[in-house]
Amino acid sequence: MTSKFRGWPTRVVVTLLYLFLLAPILMVLVISFDAQSTMSFPPRGFTFQWYERLAQNAEFIHGFQVSAVVGVGVALLALLIGVPVAIALTRHEFRFREVMSGFFLSPLMVPAIVLGLALLLVLAPLKITGTYGGLIVAHLAITVPYVVRTTSMSLMTMNRSCEEAARTLGASPWRTFTRVTLPLIAPGVLAGGVIAFLISFDEAVISLFVVGPQATTLPVEIFHYVESRTDPQIAALSVVLIAISVLFMVIIERAAGLKKVLR
Amino acid sequence: MSAKTRSARLTVLGLTVPGLLGLAVSFVLPLAWLLRMSFNRGDSTGYIEETFTLDSYAQFVGDSYYWDMAWETTLLGLGVTVLTIVVSYPIALFLVRTESRFKGILVALAVAPLLTSSVVRTYGWLVLLGNQGVVNQALMGAGLVDQPLALINNRIGVYIALVEIMMPYMILCLLAGFGRFNQELEHAAQSLGANRWRTFWRIVWPLSMPGVLTGALLVFVLTISSFVTPRLVGGGKVFYLATEIYDQATATLNWPFAAAIAFILLALFAVVIVIYQRALRRIEAQ
Repeated sequence: MTSKFRGWPTRVVVTLLYLFLLAPILMVLVISFDAQSTMSFPPRGFTFQWYERLAQNAEFIHGFQVSAVVGVGVALLALLIGVPVAIALTRHEFRFREVMSGFFLSPLMVPAIVLGLALLLVLAPLKITGTYGGLIVAHLAITVPYVVRTTSMSLMTMNRSCEEAARTLGASPWRTFTRVTLPLIAPGVLAGGVIAFLISFDEAVISLFVVGPQATTLPVEIFHYVESRTDPQIAALSVVLIAISVLFMVIIERAAGLKKVLR
Repeated sequence: MSAKTRSARLTVLGLTVPGLLGLAVSFVLPLAWLLRMSFNRGDSTGYIEETFTLDSYAQFVGDSYYWDMAWETTLLGLGVTVLTIVVSYPIALFLVRTESRFKGILVALAVAPLLTSSVVRTYGWLVLLGNQGVVNQALMGAGLVDQPLALINNRIGVYIALVEIMMPYMILCLLAGFGRFNQELEHAAQSLGANRWRTFWRIVWPLSMPGVLTGALLVFVLTISSFVTPRLVGGGKVFYLATEIYDQATATLNWPFAAAIAFILLALFAVVIVIYQRALRRIEAQ
């Protein structure tokens, strides 16, 4: 039976579908080393010039800095307010717990285009569009749910006997948390922080509404660049960004692997 | 109230207040403000009159241009969802069944595109589908067409690019849904004389329905709210609700109208979620 399904028609279909799925990424990879500057195929020669130009593109470098600073700020703030929420949701019984749990996931149900417009209407009169603070506020709602989710999962799956032992031996709740619980849930917290950073770093639609001349994030710079021209510099930049994402995923994977060791 | 429950309540309050404040500022207040804005009166000069009127909604409902736009948006959502199921299902089924030692890598490859932002993948599609792109070069090289086909700056390109962008989400949902799938059932059906076609439609497809439905909801919702791909591949020449919200907010500066369209989009969301829950209940009842 399995041998029947391993027949060549299945293989051909699945291979073609994989090719379709990976086509844009493969294309970006090839084009980034292409010697010609128009969007055409096949490539005519190999060059690093797009990577070199990238290193001199002041807009992209500034965008990268803005995105990195905002991403780190969002990740830290999301952890600061998300981790306590996860503790309350998993370690305490209270009325409205289900409601609150739903509330902290609800920002993911609202389309980015709607949230972006809503944030513009609030941030523009306060004159904080195009500032780091404004961008961090704008990215907060869509990142907190991930922190709450990953931290809650760690809290639910960890072994609680160590916590109980620490409490029995007279440690205060705060000391128990910092010395016992936090190290045990660190992988989940770290994963939440990294996901928050990545979401913020990649976010384009909400940012489009709230960026300004002083602070424009990298995805917005890319969006405007692609809107007007399509030279391979964008491809080179994409390859760099993909490499960074892969690096981060390896970190998450290590963290998840760490969890198994700790358990 | 005992001292103990009071202190427990204070603890919960202390733990959740920062989070509640954070979401209030970044989520609840903006949406409430957006709703209020949709009842103001605005015009294309950027002037906003503080009032309480349904003018913006009436402007949308009273103009067949916007009805067409809402219809095209719904059609895009449905079309992309169906096509995404068609191209994702074989991959998901293959991944569930395969005993290849490369299975882990193949699963990773199927969801790897999620690591790249949709702006980047949209750029990839612009290069692929352009007049000088791979697709047109191949078609002309094979002598199938004389002139390059127009695959970007129109709706065709938007469909193609969105289907690919949505595939990893669909594959993930299908893989999760196949959890209940058991090859023994297939074997049983076949040993009882069912052919492969019949086995698929009677056994495999119904068992995968929960995954298909979850994926369909996710893809539909992501598609009708997507902005970057319709804008870049559509080249500003095709219009959907999401692109119109952006244009009204940033180019026309009619914020009340943009806000009204945003809530019409949310209403479309609500309708789809209700349909989804009905369908899910019906399937679970079977």
